[in-house]
Amino acid sequence: MRDVAVAGFAQAPNVRHTTGTTNGVEMLVPIFAEVLTRTGLSKKDIGFFCSGSSDYLAGRAFSFISAVDAIGAFPPIHESHVEMDAAWALYEAWLKIRTGEVDTALVYGFGKSSAGQLRRVLALQLDPYTVAPLWPDSIGIAGLQARLGLDAGLWTEKDLAEVAARSRADAARNPYAQVSGTVEVSELLTEPYVADPLRAHDIAPVSDGASVVILASADRAKDLVERPAVITGIEHRVDSPVLGARDLTRAPSAENAGKAAETHDVEVAELHAPFTHQELILRTALDLDHRVRINPSGGVLTGNPMFAAGLARIGEAATRIFTGEAHRVLAHATSGPALQQNLVAVLEG
Amino acid sequence: MSTPLSAPLDIGFDYSRSLGPVLGRFATGLREHRIEGVRGSDGRVHVPPVEYDPVTAQPLTDFVPVGDKGVVVSWSWVAAPLEGQPLAHPFAWALIRLDGADTALLHAVDVGTPDAIHTGMRVRVRWAEETVGHIQDIACFVPIDTPATAARPGATGDPVGMMVAPVHLHYQHSASPEESRYLRALAEGRLIGQRCPACDKVYIPPRGACPTDGVPTAEEVELPDTGIVTTFCIVNVPFLGQRIKPPYVAAYVLLDGADIAFLHLVLGCDVDRVRMGMRVRAAWKPRDEWWTSLENIDHFEPTGEPDAPFESFAHHL
Repeated sequence: MRDVAVAGFAQAPNVRHTTGTTNGVEMLVPIFAEVLTRTGLSKKDIGFFCSGSSDYLAGRAFSFISAVDAIGAFPPIHESHVEMDAAWALYEAWLKIRTGEVDTALVYGFGKSSAGQLRRVLALQLDPYTVAPLWPDSIGIAGLQARLGLDAGLWTEKDLAEVAARSRADAARNPYAQVSGTVEVSELLTEPYVADPLRAHDIAPVSDGASVVILASADRAKDLVERPAVITGIEHRVDSPVLGARDLTRAPSAENAGKAAETHDVEVAELHAPFTHQELILRTALDLDHRVRINPSGGVLTGNPMFAAGLARIGEAATRIFTGEAHRVLAHATSGPALQQNLVAVLEG
Repeated sequence: MSTPLSAPLDIGFDYSRSLGPVLGRFATGLREHRIEGVRGSDGRVHVPPVEYDPVTAQPLTDFVPVGDKGVVVSWSWVAAPLEGQPLAHPFAWALIRLDGADTALLHAVDVGTPDAIHTGMRVRVRWAEETVGHIQDIACFVPIDTPATAARPGATGDPVGMMVAPVHLHYQHSASPEESRYLRALAEGRLIGQRCPACDKVYIPPRGACPTDGVPTAEEVELPDTGIVTTFCIVNVPFLGQRIKPPYVAAYVLLDGADIAFLHLVLGCDVDRVRMGMRVRAAWKPRDEWWTSLENIDHFEPTGEPDAPFESFAHHL
């Protein structure tokens, strides 16, 4: 089977609130134009379109169908959708190219997280019989996970604040980031708890945004970008949905996906960790030591558009190759509560 | 450009879920103030019970009674509870391992302040006033030394096979900038469409992206309130929320000068007189009822002019 490469990436600014519609059209139209211009492609050149989004976020049925308007889908296009982060849409598109069915694909994700109450909407991804009826919010569940690690001595509140401070400092160089700046760890630790043991800096902001990636066969990608980011491994795994039945201080699905994707010797890793402690869990699961540059973009702690942020990690990692800053990078995306499901990709230039 | 229109959107539905043998037995137990787990292939007792073994994926049937007391494995603090959560005042979420269980149950612990809870703390169930066979039969957990209140005994009856899970969500729904101009014009009794800069088609309502070309419609076109019926159906079936007594006609109305038809009512003549190509005009509601809605047009009615020839609208079907 032939190799597949990331050939282009664009994203909308991560912002707390847009006045746009929940079908994302206003965020998608400009970034489609941007990524097509950059790769010299037109929509006629795209063999397959695949998106990730959620009607629960939009509060309306078939918002992802309305989003297809942003492509201009006549004559009819070859299209698919996942109700997951668009990183999983990228996986579907990767398969289509790898098996030779198409040569190019445009993958996009969008989320207007601000339309509803995000941490409450996310309760609907939980077990609908014994958990979701209690409406556990996503921040409360992350707090349970963080405390397990604090109690076990796996990390301290200072470790968590250090993740936040580094992320915000890196985001200062990312024009799309929602939160950035220089902060002292000692100052962060004087802030009040939002959901004890979590403080505001431990929690990814609520973000509206969208992202798009162009995938192509490795041969075709050479025509589209000077340094294509060839996907040498991409794997996803899932852990039990029963929160009380697994060790929440670990992410076995990330560990297994990472082993299968052969993540050794990466220089940069873009991790999809919406809570500070989850970055620490992922660094252990993926065996990333101090030599690996973590989240040069600032990561999702500085902007977390639901259903687009995981795909953006792949785009950000690929960008390090496009620019020649790195030769071998890792991208990670997560879905579900408390790092339940994880996708790991390795890209090379 | 003025701010796009937006409005609260509240949606809700009471999901009824069939429980099956494992969760049904768990729910039946809760109704009777009993908690039952299920033993997995590795000997672990799962509470809440799981239907299939996490290791072997085999169906599980070995039910094990467990205690209504247990230990806090982890907790996080909820300073401002959200709609639908077990308690309306600040509380702790906790993973609680009940006596006799190996996995932990997620629920609320009613302690007044975060200082009053810690990992390893012993807690017990506070049963709901009325139990029906639902996870909410456990109202919450309380510290083990909390004086017992005189709770009513659990209810008995047929095994529980169903549960109801209401879902109510609240959004701020936004119209696109193009839709907002259209809706604001409607409030003044005007119909405005927009032309796609690529294919020249006139859309009403205008769109954030032409579905053919993927670019926003731009040039504004004021349209008359006359047009034709392109296609239609006669509604004979009553349904919940119906506002007109059947039979009546729902039709696609193509305004003169527009390229996209929209759905509206055709009244003012017998249903069997409505036909493709029939000329119609808007019947507006009284001006004091107008707002940013196509509802300002109550319905369309025949003008009596000659029908449009089929060829003139065939490409709009």
